[in-house]
Amino acid sequence: MTVALGAPLEQILALLCAWIAIGAVGLVRPASLKIAGRTLFPLGAVCGAAIAVVAAIHLAQPPERMILPIGLPALPMHLRLDALSATFLVLLGAASAGISLFGAGYFRVGQGTAPGLLCFEYHLFLASMGFVLLADDAYAFMVAWETMAVSSYFLVTSQHRIGEIRRAGYLYLLIAHLGALAILLCFGVLQGGSWRFTFDAMRAAHLSGGWAAAAFLLALAGFGAKAGLVPLHVWLPEAHPAAPSPVSALMSGVMLKIAIYGMLRVAFDLLHGLPGWWGLVPVALGLFSALYGIVFAAAQTDMKRLLAYSSIENVGILFTGLGLAMVFRGAAMPTVAALALVAVLYHALNHAFMKSLLFLGTGSVLHSTGERNLGRLGGLIHRMPWVAWLTLVGVLAIAGLPPLNGFVSEWLLLQAFLHAHEVPYPFVDMLLPLGAGMVALVGALAGYVMVKFYGVVFLGQPREPSLARAHDAGRTERAGLAWLALGCVALGLLPATIVPALGTVASSLGVGSLPAGGGPWWMLAPLGPQSISYAPPVFAGTVIAGVLLTMLVVRLTYRRPVRRAPPWTCGAGPLTGRTQDTAEGFGQPIRHFFTPWFAMRRSLPTPFDAAPRYSVEIGDRIWRALYEPLAGWVDRGAAICAVFQRGRISTYLLYALATLCLLLALVL
Amino acid sequence: MRPIDWLTQVLEVVAALAVAPLFQGWVNQCRAWLQNRRAPPLWQTYRAIRKLFHKDAVIATNASPLFRVAPYVVFATMLTAAAVIPSMGTRLPFSPAADAIALVGLFATARMFLALAAMDVGTPFGTLGARREMMVGFLAEPALLMVIFVAALISSTTALPAISERLATGPLVLSPSLAFTGVAFTMVLLAENGRLPIDNPATHLELTMIHEAMLLEYSARHLALMEFASALKLMNYACIGFALFVPWGTATSAAGPFALAAAIPALAVKLVVAGAALALIETASAKLRVFRAPEFLATAFLFAVLGMLVHLLLGA
Repeated sequence: MTVALGAPLEQILALLCAWIAIGAVGLVRPASLKIAGRTLFPLGAVCGAAIAVVAAIHLAQPPERMILPIGLPALPMHLRLDALSATFLVLLGAASAGISLFGAGYFRVGQGTAPGLLCFEYHLFLASMGFVLLADDAYAFMVAWETMAVSSYFLVTSQHRIGEIRRAGYLYLLIAHLGALAILLCFGVLQGGSWRFTFDAMRAAHLSGGWAAAAFLLALAGFGAKAGLVPLHVWLPEAHPAAPSPVSALMSGVMLKIAIYGMLRVAFDLLHGLPGWWGLVPVALGLFSALYGIVFAAAQTDMKRLLAYSSIENVGILFTGLGLAMVFRGAAMPTVAALALVAVLYHALNHAFMKSLLFLGTGSVLHSTGERNLGRLGGLIHRMPWVAWLTLVGVLAIAGLPPLNGFVSEWLLLQAFLHAHEVPYPFVDMLLPLGAGMVALVGALAGYVMVKFYGVVFLGQPREPSLARAHDAGRTERAGLAWLALGCVALGLLPATIVPALGTVASSLGVGSLPAGGGPWWMLAPLGPQSISYAPPVFAGTVIAGVLLTMLVVRLTYRRPVRRAPPWTCGAGPLTGRTQDTAEGFGQPIRHFFTPWFAMRRSLPTPFDAAPRYSVEIGDRIWRALYEPLAGWVDRGAAICAVFQRGRISTYLLYALATLCLLLALVL
Repeated sequence: MRPIDWLTQVLEVVAALAVAPLFQGWVNQCRAWLQNRRAPPLWQTYRAIRKLFHKDAVIATNASPLFRVAPYVVFATMLTAAAVIPSMGTRLPFSPAADAIALVGLFATARMFLALAAMDVGTPFGTLGARREMMVGFLAEPALLMVIFVAALISSTTALPAISERLATGPLVLSPSLAFTGVAFTMVLLAENGRLPIDNPATHLELTMIHEAMLLEYSARHLALMEFASALKLMNYACIGFALFVPWGTATSAAGPFALAAAIPALAVKLVVAGAALALIETASAKLRVFRAPEFLATAFLFAVLGMLVHLLLGA
């Protein structure tokens, strides 16, 4: 296959075009669910898997270029496939394969966008993300970037008859465009006076310190807005619940990583001449985002909002690692810089799989019960065993538990942090290692949040009688979930083969390289065989062997029967769904501990109320402190401008005449 | 790896299995003496486990398979943890497979399964216990990691046997960073093992209990495994403490084959002293309100952070 189809870049280009073609076929019969669901989405999944395979095979090869004469006359599109873009293509292809498979069974004919149109938007979204990864000039990049934003906007608002969803989409589009503006300006700075906007020209440009810093901060704002870095995160918890679940999975699992790719591309490839300590800015912002995201996730009662806040946490961790790699690179510590960068790439891959898995799991629950509110779920492990057990994999992975994948990237990041005291900057060498404590705190809180999420949704008693009618996911949905769960397990067990591959990305970017010959396939030893190591297959094997051995011993020595009985209630009568903890109750300790972080509105009942009611509303302080005043100013500014907007043609002619006179006066 | 290293490895796991209930019994005995009570026999935990193994298992009607698997998972993780911790020798064949961070991950796995199993039946106590356990965990886990990081910074590795060996072969001085982290570690140990002042292992008083609340639905063999696992956990924590703060007496890699023979009584002495000290701390402290627990643990976390700062400032 590879021989007949030419170079890998051409193959990937062909596959991306196939995605667009698949979408276009959907437009032929937009109302037909059969065509879109049974044929096109599975085909899209196959395309995704093919992209992942092609990109993975060619990960370690030298960069490949192509010039496509499309677009404006003198502005052809430059494309380039290198190790960094190949890594993210693997992520895009592999994660989207699972999501598309799930989507094949998920989308129904409803009141929203017709399935065929949805299929088009969906595949255009996928293809545009692929083109972002391949783009090698600012023009191609921005076109693909904006296509990505717009197509995802239409996907988010597919239930556009609901006002709340339209508002969420509007907020998303607004912040996406502010971000795009920042990225555009960043490219404007990066070209460094050559006025050529190919990435090659940017690599060759020499920026002075101030301009380099400006470009970096613009990139941080632009890509940070897309990734959901605090304080530009506000769209995430609104847009993710609004979108259909496969789209939330795609946005959270894949699109946020495309933003990370952009940041990595600028920080490690295009931008030169920036002192390493600028990396402290993303470290600080990242750590804050991580803590902020996970603390707010703990307080959520809507399962998709909870996952959205957890995405903010993970994006924070990614930015932390990215900044750490910059600091180490600046401090001439290439090996550790490579380690931090590999941790970022690994975590990006991990998060793509586990967060997609969780979002799809919530999608199945949503389909089957029609509920997103944690307060009305519960006990679904009995009714939906497939979804429950597959989601458990994602839950354990995202909580950073060994031997699953979340632990591997956390481990790599912590190992990198343990070298932070060697950087040659005063004070930084003391403060930076404390970041490890912050990462550990965030990891532990993630465990808390995930116990809450899983325990409230899948365990315990059903909180509503209607949940007894819940049904398990269909066959294709299960296949999609299983694919992603398998990815989590594989990434968890085989880091020793994946880390060296990601190491080539670090070395191809000139960041540094990990020492060669790390050890056998089952032993992860990124800094050489004599140093730190972690062997997940052995580790997992030992734990599983321990479980089986214990079962065997118990089976051999224990001969008593197992009886089923109603649960112990201290004699207080039968249990109902209302006697267990609610989602609010489970998050209460975190809310108590981090009280100043939340803008809370609480109404407590008095002992004399006839119908006592307790209600609590959790608000985002950043929204109230930053966005509401900002919106107010914009409104007031618009009101002032509106004075000039009379709506009468004679007034406008007068403006034109006045302007003309003014200009003539200036010229003469 | 020499055959003696494999022997050490096996011996450590077997010893942990055999001694963990006795260690718990010893702590309970010391507590009883300090409180002027008649002490239960040393093997009381064994008796309890034996008793539970002779009972019918009763499981709630709506319990899922997760509920039945959890005791085995918790027990196996604690057993694996015992294999990672260098309680007798520092040349362990299993140690390259899991470092100290993975060890903390193991404890987190056990905690998560315990909490999920507690939420499975949906009793008020179960969810209450799970919530409180996670509340304790979210501060205790990073504090433990910070303690380990300080030791890792001193010895520039996160492999626990290497840390222990580096600390054992260093000069016999009390480095200030380790003093701070020692306090932090003790506080984490108390909280993580359901000891006073966070939790009282001897009570079934609804408003205060954490660990017992989570186990309320378990019976017979499942309960036995959970009780055994919590005894193992206490033993594991004690051994981590020995490895970091009193590493002397273990068989280091330079030592000859007879060092192992000396390591066994050394471990016994350490356990006896540690058990007595634990009982003394528990007897001298009062139970905190549950809402004060995060403050207690935040203090532990800050002590560990201080330890790290002191290490970075003084290099010691």
